Amino acid sequence: MIHTSRFAVAAGVLAALAFATAAPAQGVDLTGAGATFPNPIYTAWTHAYDLATKVKVNYQSIGSGGGIRQISEQTVDFGATDGPMSDEELAKAKGGAIMHFPTVLGADVMIYNVPEITQPLKLTGSVIADIFLGKITKWNDTRIATLNAGVRLPSADILVVHRSDGSGTTYIFTDYLAAVSPEWSTIVGKGKEVKWPVGLGAKGNEGVAGQVKQTPGSIGYTELTYARQNKLPYAHVQNAAGKFVEPTIESITAAAAGVKLPPTTDYRVSIVNAAGADAYPISSFTWLLVYRTQTDPTKGKKLKDFMRWFYAEGQKSAPALDYGPLPAALTKRLMARLDSIQVSGTK
Amino acid sequence: MMTDGTAVAFATAASSDRTDGRSLGERIVGSAVGDRVYVAVITGFAICVPVLLLLILLEVAIGGWPALREFGFGFLTSSEWDPVRHQFGAAPAIFGTIVTSIVALVIATPLALGVAIFLSEYAPPWLRQPVGFLVDLLAAIPSVVYGLWGIFVLAPVLRSHVVPFLKVTLHLGATPFFSGPDYGRSVLAASIILAIMVLPYISAVSREVLLAVPRSQREAALALGATRWEMIQKAVLPYARSGIIGGVILGLGRALGETMAVTMLIGNRHEISASLLAPGYTMASIIANEFSEASDDMHLSALMAVGFVLLVLTLIVNAIARWLVWRVGRAPGVQR
Repeated sequence: MIHTSRFAVAAGVLAALAFATAAPAQGVDLTGAGATFPNPIYTAWTHAYDLATKVKVNYQSIGSGGGIRQISEQTVDFGATDGPMSDEELAKAKGGAIMHFPTVLGADVMIYNVPEITQPLKLTGSVIADIFLGKITKWNDTRIATLNAGVRLPSADILVVHRSDGSGTTYIFTDYLAAVSPEWSTIVGKGKEVKWPVGLGAKGNEGVAGQVKQTPGSIGYTELTYARQNKLPYAHVQNAAGKFVEPTIESITAAAAGVKLPPTTDYRVSIVNAAGADAYPISSFTWLLVYRTQTDPTKGKKLKDFMRWFYAEGQKSAPALDYGPLPAALTKRLMARLDSIQVSGTK
Repeated sequence: MMTDGTAVAFATAASSDRTDGRSLGERIVGSAVGDRVYVAVITGFAICVPVLLLLILLEVAIGGWPALREFGFGFLTSSEWDPVRHQFGAAPAIFGTIVTSIVALVIATPLALGVAIFLSEYAPPWLRQPVGFLVDLLAAIPSVVYGLWGIFVLAPVLRSHVVPFLKVTLHLGATPFFSGPDYGRSVLAASIILAIMVLPYISAVSREVLLAVPRSQREAALALGATRWEMIQKAVLPYARSGIIGGVILGLGRALGETMAVTMLIGNRHEISASLLAPGYTMASIIANEFSEASDDMHLSALMAVGFVLLVLTLIVNAIARWLVWRVGRAPGVQR
């Protein structure tokens, strides 16, 4: 009889396991994965879209690299990235041609901790590059002083703080520095991780913001929203038109408006150091990655509907979350571009 | 699940009470089948673990092979880590992993041993339980919490009090080990946080080992006129030595692989510096920092190779530890 009761135990355990495994993976219509930078707004969008249409979109912020890998392996319905895919990466995608769709705009801001400076610091791209190259090492360097006439700068050492983890934020920043400084372009280059000539690496936007907040004399870069949340001062940066611009929602959107895109563009474009009198220069798109040919008709249609919705409705929630909405003209072009996504079974 | 469990308990109680018509022999045969199933199941479980380890080792070796083949021995000796130009050398991370772990052990071992000796030999019973419980609880704190505590509490205290004391009061600033400015993120900060994290492991194992030392061992020492400290020093600690070393090694394994708290505190710089105040890097931190955003093949392979080196290093350390425990266990003068 003893073994019968053992059998009962085994059956009970099996039943429990069956229950545990059957629970999840229900009721999700679309799955996406990728960039962490737009995660707050994507989460807000998926929630609002669920309330409006009862279509559930699950977005996992695993990082741009992971997003590119997963869409290439076709394990998700859409990917997301802060830096555009390279031609090699595009060639390796298993489901055919991948299209880039800009969704919102973000910006990196230069945060600093110099208690002596009371008004916003003014910086140019080449000065930022030389600070991060280790060529400008003191706050009262003449090149900083000439940009900030009348400001009493301390003689303290500059401590550079950068991201230690690979991130789209770093991509935008190094993309900008490579665009404005030939020396940065040859010595360091651009990427989600680079070999930093000087400085300390802190993990995440919050890590950089925390380190700068704690260390007088430090300078770093974060997304706009982290600088605002941490109440850290941030610099006005000189744009291509020669004007010192404060990073704001409007000046970020102005950067996208200043870029002329040909009709044939694949939208893998950098908008750093953009033209336009009011454009903030360290701005960037963040992209959704979708296959041109959707093999699953149901999912393909749902994906297009979701994208049409966030171009029409979702853009309005961007400023509240410190993202720049796309310029209206661009949104119109992108909505028209949705038609070029082919869903099998339909035309 | 709960209802199932109750039902099972009932069934077991009912079956053991019932006297059925079967002979003793039949019942033994019945249970022997159960025994065989039981042995098969636990053997399976036991085999699963080493097989899993081998599979992981194989997987990271295969994943890291392109990088290891490309950079060869230079992967272990080069300090160049440049994802943009696809140049990868893990020397600073290997160095940082070993240094932070050793410094952590140097700090944690005496503390943990003190805690263990106090709890097993001196503490009154009413104190032993709560203090032991609280020390063990240190092991239950998530490492990200240690990291945050390190950033917001430990690093400022180090900067404002500990480092000035070391540099000025103890004149250690003149030595290469404490030279250079302190930015709050350093090998020292990471080592201290690691020391706190490994302390409960070392102290828990040591405490149990000390408590397991037979009464006769202590009584014999006391009977010979030893004081309490002499008894602990001469009779208890030598008896427990191999077990304590085992505890230290467990702590070392934990320190080598710890990721989150170290990443948040070490400053993440690919540079080998003699100064404990300089930022550094560890192998686990590189993987944590870069894996999620690495899309380039060689970069991914280099990260896998770092994982492989870390795993091999851990295996070597454990092998040395086994050998040490075995040596100490056989050392002359220790009667078992």
